[in-house]
Amino acid sequence: MTTSVSPPPVGDLAPEPSALRRLARSAERLRLPRQPLVRNLIFFVLGGAFFYVVTVSVSAYNDFQIGEIALYAVVLAGLSLLTGLNGQFSLGQGAFMIIGAYALALLQTHAPMNLALELVIATLVAAAAGVVVGLPAARLSPPYLAGVTLLLALGLPQLADQYGSVFGGEQGLTTTTPTAPGSISAEQWLAWIQIFCAMVVVLLLANLVRSRFGRNFRAVRDDEVAASVSGIHVARTKVLAFAISAGCAGLGGALLALSTGVVNVGEFPLSLSIALLAAMVLGGAGSLIGIWWGAVALVYMPTWSTSLSKHLSLGTSAAAYLSDAIFGAVLIVVILVAPTGVQGGVRWVLRRLWVAAVGQQNLRQATDGGERGEERT
Amino acid sequence: MGFFVDVVLSGVTNGMVFAAIALSLVLISRATGVVNFAQGAMAMFTTFVAYSLLVQGIGYWPTFFVAIAIGFVFGGVVERTLMRPLHGRSPLNPVIVTIGLLVVLEGAAGSIWGNTSRKFPAAFSQSGLVIGTTRVAFSPFDVFIVVAVLVLVAGIVALFRWTDLGLRMRAAAFSPEVARLLGVRVGRLFTLGWALACAAGSLAGLLIAPLTSFSPYYMDLYLIYGFVAAVLGGLVSPIGALLGGLTTGLAISFAGGYIGPDVEPMAALALLLIVLMARPQGLLGGSAARRV
Repeated sequence: MTTSVSPPPVGDLAPEPSALRRLARSAERLRLPRQPLVRNLIFFVLGGAFFYVVTVSVSAYNDFQIGEIALYAVVLAGLSLLTGLNGQFSLGQGAFMIIGAYALALLQTHAPMNLALELVIATLVAAAAGVVVGLPAARLSPPYLAGVTLLLALGLPQLADQYGSVFGGEQGLTTTTPTAPGSISAEQWLAWIQIFCAMVVVLLLANLVRSRFGRNFRAVRDDEVAASVSGIHVARTKVLAFAISAGCAGLGGALLALSTGVVNVGEFPLSLSIALLAAMVLGGAGSLIGIWWGAVALVYMPTWSTSLSKHLSLGTSAAAYLSDAIFGAVLIVVILVAPTGVQGGVRWVLRRLWVAAVGQQNLRQATDGGERGEERT
Repeated sequence: MGFFVDVVLSGVTNGMVFAAIALSLVLISRATGVVNFAQGAMAMFTTFVAYSLLVQGIGYWPTFFVAIAIGFVFGGVVERTLMRPLHGRSPLNPVIVTIGLLVVLEGAAGSIWGNTSRKFPAAFSQSGLVIGTTRVAFSPFDVFIVVAVLVLVAGIVALFRWTDLGLRMRAAAFSPEVARLLGVRVGRLFTLGWALACAAGSLAGLLIAPLTSFSPYYMDLYLIYGFVAAVLGGLVSPIGALLGGLTTGLAISFAGGYIGPDVEPMAALALLLIVLMARPQGLLGGSAARRV
């Protein structure tokens, strides 16, 4: 980690450096600062600027979809942290989204307050539910947690029917869409709120990954016995990771409730939880950049699968299942063929380009600078 | 009183089918450490194949055994093609692949047979037996379920306890490296374990289909109840799976009968969490560390 930055040798490797090589050279001079917080803040500002430019230049409907991408990124960030860093996985993210969404809707119905405060409370409620579920299951091996969360994803929606007086039964509850200030369109304002939440969550998690907690997560993932011997409280670490992922799902659910204006359990079937897992695996477990690939896939998969089934002229019954089945196939194929996901592939390509540009001997330096923000399984 | 008896009886019937699923989960889990979340979907698929055969006019009993045989082959093929390449990688990977398989199979069944709820025929009458003057919630088909699952459990126990093959399977599960050194074909036995488990799962699918509305998703809840039963039984022994199944069946039956059918899954979740808190090794599991 502490390689000294020697100034890149200028002009001695090749008399006329190629364009790619020149680019790599200047990138090397423009090294990012070392401190994770500063680095992540730079990414935060760049990402925010990117999203600002995109949202103001596209239509309201696209703004709505970009907002959805951002809210799924929130959910996936937590799941990615749980799987990639802590070696657990959950099939119940949809259930925690339900908890966050209903917490927000109940707050807005019975005790309306500042939206930011409502979102924070919804996140905390989901995280608390995560502690309750994770506490017994996280002490055990991953399949147990998967089973417990699968049960939660199947069982929780039915409670809304059983206690219809509180949760509004099948109709569900309504939420109030935040009013946009000035001449900003409602969709754009909502997208900004969702993007802001996503950026904050990613910023916080990116810092967490580099902190003592992140190191503990990885230590527990790699070897529980060794971690325990090193003084890490294994069960507490696993429950913390699970609670963070549940909180992220809760925030994502609350943001989704703002988008749809109504909360009912029909929006959160088991297939959503599985699609979330697939999207996370597709992006690359543990990568906070990879989650954006997954989120894009989640939002656009229904559209893609509809056009694909039209293209293949499948029957209407087959078309209805195509989206879910594609996510299932993604799970199988990615795990078997490319366990690091799309982001793993992107990283591989970037590294190849870098090697081509600066040569093998500078690779270590290059990867040291380029890969610090991410983790791989 | 009559209601209480009915609740107990339906709990026993349900418990038996949960035990059958738990058994199929246990067979795979103790051999390879993988919890096969696709078990329910695979059983669903073979049951749909059986349904197609029945519609073609082939009799119930030939179909019954053909479906179990298809399950046997299906399990072996899945182990060879999807599980084997992941051998030696993090245990997370095969479990995630089984979840993918679950979704793919449900999607495939949905596109082939549609998402309408159907009625799957039962081997025997499904109207309750009359004892004295009252009709109890226990039909001849329920008797068949209990007998079939008991035969299945007895068969598996006998296989493991008294046959050479069973001994080798136990050795392969207990210590693959040592077993391999002693000449046991560990890989083949894993395949056989998957095949047996999926045959047992197919049996469970055939028994459950007449009890519920028969659609591509009908096994979802049963799979997870079977999982609860398997964890209660300690995920190691067939007898544990049977007792776990009965406990789960009764608990769910009481929750459904006295609170409402919608709380059944959450009752199962509560039961699972309580057991995991109090006895993480399961009701029957030994105290040996189980690090999968």
